[in-house]
Amino acid sequence: MSWLLRFTKSTIGLKVIMALSGLALFGFVIGHMLGNLQIYLGETTLDHYGESLKSNAGLLWIIRATLLGILTAHVVSSVKLVLRSKAARPQGYKQWKSKVSTYASRTMKMSGPIVLAFLVYHLLHFTVGFDSLGLGDTAVSTTIEHCSHVAAGELDCPVYANVIKGFSAPAIVAFYIFAQLLLGMHLGHGAYSMFRTLGLNNPRYDRLARAFATGVAVVIVVGNCSIPLAVLTGVVGG
Amino acid sequence: MNLTLHVWRQKGPNDSGAFETIQASGISEHMSFLEMLDFVNEKLESDGKQPIVFEHDCREGICGCCGFMINGQPHGGRPRTTVCQLHMREFSDGEELTLEPWRAAAFPVVKDLMVDRNAFDRIIEAGGYVSVRTGSPQDANALPIEKDHASRAFDAATCIGCGACVAACPNAAGMLFTGAKVTHLGLLPQGEPERYTRVVAMTEQHDAEGFGHCTNHGECSAYCPKGISLDVIARMNADLLKAQFKNRD
Ligand code: FES
Repeated sequence: MSWLLRFTKSTIGLKVIMALSGLALFGFVIGHMLGNLQIYLGETTLDHYGESLKSNAGLLWIIRATLLGILTAHVVSSVKLVLRSKAARPQGYKQWKSKVSTYASRTMKMSGPIVLAFLVYHLLHFTVGFDSLGLGDTAVSTTIEHCSHVAAGELDCPVYANVIKGFSAPAIVAFYIFAQLLLGMHLGHGAYSMFRTLGLNNPRYDRLARAFATGVAVVIVVGNCSIPLAVLTGVVGG
Repeated sequence: MNLTLHVWRQKGPNDSGAFETIQASGISEHMSFLEMLDFVNEKLESDGKQPIVFEHDCREGICGCCGFMINGQPHGGRPRTTVCQLHMREFSDGEELTLEPWRAAAFPVVKDLMVDRNAFDRIIEAGGYVSVRTGSPQDANALPIEKDHASRAFDAATCIGCGACVAACPNAAGMLFTGAKVTHLGLLPQGEPERYTRVVAMTEQHDAEGFGHCTNHGECSAYCPKGISLDVIARMNADLLKAQFKNRD
């Protein structure tokens, strides 16, 4: 197995780990968005969706652990690569001009850590119920009394009510939108770069790959931002 | 025309180096950039000063010796042009130019604008060749090669090893150079037998030299005086991935 170790230590091997873990996380982000968009179908649908996710605790924890593992692989590889990149040019240029690289591509190592920090905030905010940055008194609870389903004893998972409460503070909504824009940039370059890192490139499909990456990133940003905005403006839950 | 040059001066590999401002006056727009530096050097020498050291050989854009940064752009940034083929008419009177050597840990500065690019030679030594006895020339058409493969191999083979790709890359990666050789040899029947051992050996040497990783910015290809496509890197990635399944040791 020494060949595998050699490969995973190599620069391209680390990039392949980035690409594959990135692909999985990309898939998760899309699934997560589609699930959450059910808020537009009403309280009952969203709460039942939440309940179904939580219905099998064993499976839920397996999925959570897998996602954490994938995320760790993505982060650890990126840290290794960024350190190598720094070591590869110990002395920078006095002047350096970009010709073709995009803002998104050059800021991957910034957008990544910020999105990660947002992820921690987001998990504390909605899963644990703790507004760690103190952006608004909107920490959610797992037993909100005014949730009709909880009150009726049907469900113990007031997702809809939590979302309404969680997005009632403008500062929180602003932070979510900022993080989604960065996530969009990160995915816009990441998804395109993934094709090339995995060697899946053909001049015929290059523009298509670029359009796909940008298109999906835009859809994710719009879809995800629409929820806090809809709540804040009262379109949902108003 | 008259120019103000901010030139990186470094006495040797262990010197810390600094920028020096040098006035270049009486420059003709017909001079090549290197001729302009020759002209400035003559003046420096006649003043008893050290001339600016830069590497050069063919001065016709084919050997890959020349190359440094002009205002933050490898070879000055003119598409598909080495600095020896760049002419002063590209610049205007009174302009200020910053001249810097390629900056990469794998390319230590020898002196001023000249860097040591032996790292590239060592990558080639690791596998950038075909191990066969060539014997006497065979019939030209005895070995059929698909036109598309021949063209792509040829395009990749136009790399002159100048190092502009490394210089342009925000990560100082040597991937375009390595990918060009992997692509050139891997696409041809003579290079095919060693395709998967070559890609492992060459990419490992690339890493050992301390080059960075590819983040698909595309700067290398945009600044490459031969316009080598970023596709060579994707192909190298694919070959290295396939090598994990094909190689048996
Ligand atoms: S001196 Fe040979 S390519 Fe410029």
